[in-house]
Amino acid sequence: MKNVNINRSGDRDIQLILGALLRVGIISSMSVVFVGALIYLFFHYRDLVNYAKFDPAQAPKGSIGEILSGLTTGNGESVIQMGILLLIFTPVLRILFSIFGFMIERDYLYVLIGVFVLTVILFGLSNKLMV
Amino acid sequence: MSVLLFTFIVLTGAFIAGLVGALTGLGGGVIIIPLLTLLLKVDIHYAIGASIISVIATSSGAAATYVKEGITNVRIGMFLEIATTVSAIVGAVVTIFVDPDYIAVIFGIVLVFSALMMLKKKNEHTDDKPADRLAVLLRLDGRYPANGEWKYYQVHHVAGGFLMMFVAGLISGLLGIGSGALKVIAMDNIMKIPFKVSTTTSNFMMGVTGAASAIVYFHRGQIDPGIAMPVALGVLSGSILGARLLIRVQTDKLKLFFAVVVLFLASQMIYNGLTDGL
Repeated sequence: MKNVNINRSGDRDIQLILGALLRVGIISSMSVVFVGALIYLFFHYRDLVNYAKFDPAQAPKGSIGEILSGLTTGNGESVIQMGILLLIFTPVLRILFSIFGFMIERDYLYVLIGVFVLTVILFGLSNKLMV
Repeated sequence: MSVLLFTFIVLTGAFIAGLVGALTGLGGGVIIIPLLTLLLKVDIHYAIGASIISVIATSSGAAATYVKEGITNVRIGMFLEIATTVSAIVGAVVTIFVDPDYIAVIFGIVLVFSALMMLKKKNEHTDDKPADRLAVLLRLDGRYPANGEWKYYQVHHVAGGFLMMFVAGLISGLLGIGSGALKVIAMDNIMKIPFKVSTTTSNFMMGVTGAASAIVYFHRGQIDPGIAMPVALGVLSGSILGARLLIRVQTDKLKLFFAVVVLFLASQMIYNGLTDGL
């Protein structure tokens, strides 16, 4: 029953690279959030917070275009949002990378599974789900 | 309340949530959502958006270590992510239409359940019962390092585990939490995967599941930078410290203590939900 072939050596390399990828993602996103936090607090520390009611019609929508334009003007909130986006995309990138890994191993079933999961997430990104 | 004070309170709370999470296995959202809604009177929809960020941060942080050690079963994770990502998106789309009071009650029930799961004895199933046919087809069986040698395990009841993962993803998208307790039920109790593998693999999956719902929340404006910033920074630094302490701390009493804390938070959430308090 002890099938040594279960986890082939290729899996091991993929796992090592996956680990490094996740670490880089975390460190870079948190650094960006931290810089954004300093800018945001510097300009707004005395403002009053108002989070009592979330109104989807009023709330500023997160859009990549707006974040990028906010970045050019050094807007703290946009910098934080950029960091948050990097954080969200870290696991997404991980899937993309796993797909390549399974491709190298010629494990096409798992390439397919990975592509499916990625498609589901990108479907969420396409903004078709907003009602 | 001023931005500075708010940031400070949330940062401290998130740090504690991250620390406790690393020591006991409780997810960050379990503490962050009650902190934001009960104490700081933040709308639960904002709290959900901030909480999912803590889930992604801790999952990716912890997964980076576990994946390297070779405990995580990437195939099981990837396969089950089919269920969790689809249902997480469904949950994240639906959550905005659910009355905050109902969300609070559901959240409270999940908290009670997580507290009980935390106290449950863990068992390391490794048996020679023949694996599920689906498990063979999907090559889910694996091995993990224990005491300097490889331990092999078989995976059972793949279909049942897959269905349970669908529920876990739905709850995750609805409430903005990792629903680790439900994921462990699917893998540990139904699929009979050894506990060490099921916890790390569930953690590994949470980042992807969380990203699926986070994208929906992000579009909707539910992830406010002013709340997400202290949550992300606090939780991550807390969990890094927690992971260091874990080697030296006896966690049994800590778990009992936090089970009581979580049960108290659960009762508050349910009470406020039932009395229109949120």
